[in-house]
Amino acid sequence: MNYTRRSFLRASLAAGTVAIATGAGLLIPRSVLAAWPKNAFEAKTMDEAMKDIAGATSAPESADIIVEAPDIAENGAVVTVTITTKLANVEQISLLVPKNTTPLIASYILTSNTDGFVTSRIKMRETSDVIAVVKSGNKLFSAKKPVKVTLGGCGG
Amino acid sequence: MAMPTKPMKIRAWIDDATPTMASVKVIIFHEMESGLRKDKASGQVVPAQYITELACEHNGKTVLTCLWGPAISKNPFLAFRVKNVKKGDLIKLSWVDNKGDKETGESKVE
Repeated sequence: MNYTRRSFLRASLAAGTVAIATGAGLLIPRSVLAAWPKNAFEAKTMDEAMKDIAGATSAPESADIIVEAPDIAENGAVVTVTITTKLANVEQISLLVPKNTTPLIASYILTSNTDGFVTSRIKMRETSDVIAVVKSGNKLFSAKKPVKVTLGGCGG
Repeated sequence: MAMPTKPMKIRAWIDDATPTMASVKVIIFHEMESGLRKDKASGQVVPAQYITELACEHNGKTVLTCLWGPAISKNPFLAFRVKNVKKGDLIKLSWVDNKGDKETGESKVE
């Protein structure tokens, strides 16, 4: 084996890695936009969904996140959920319903120009907690609100 | 169900109490088929068709990206707030669904 060839290969590989790493760093926001997280939305368990969307299976509860939803939802097909947070540097808000067929409902990617506030209407199969997971400064926090569903909204 | 029956409705406005922040409300007319529902007449499962991504821009800059699954309700409603906004600024929203259908709508901040 030719020594100079080997060290040349090693050096160029190392240089290549650095270039890729820098490229990936610059591209993070764009790659997030381009890739819909299929695995996370298809996950059937809360742990899988959490791991795929947030990178951890649990998040400590925070009093700075408020999940607003009705105590009793007569129609599980339309449950209005508002998430408000006072946490600084909110990067992502994910919404999960553990008892749904696929627990991940939605994930919102915020910027420094977005207020920590999102309202949407979701479908709930049965009575369950509604959980908000907020990523702020690379840390995860959560809050939940139980919602009683009298008529499920996923099947038919 | 193919394309939406009506164009999306957007309203963006500034409240006097918060002069640099705009509230945005949107309704998109889309079936959001979960792929779990059966057609009552034929007994066949209705194939899934739902919005996967909704991008919200303020004057051409992305301020919010919504990643949605099939558990968002039919005719999705979304409300959010954008900072550093003035009257007349442009709010633009565009969505794409899992079948590749898409729509773009825009509104000036009132």
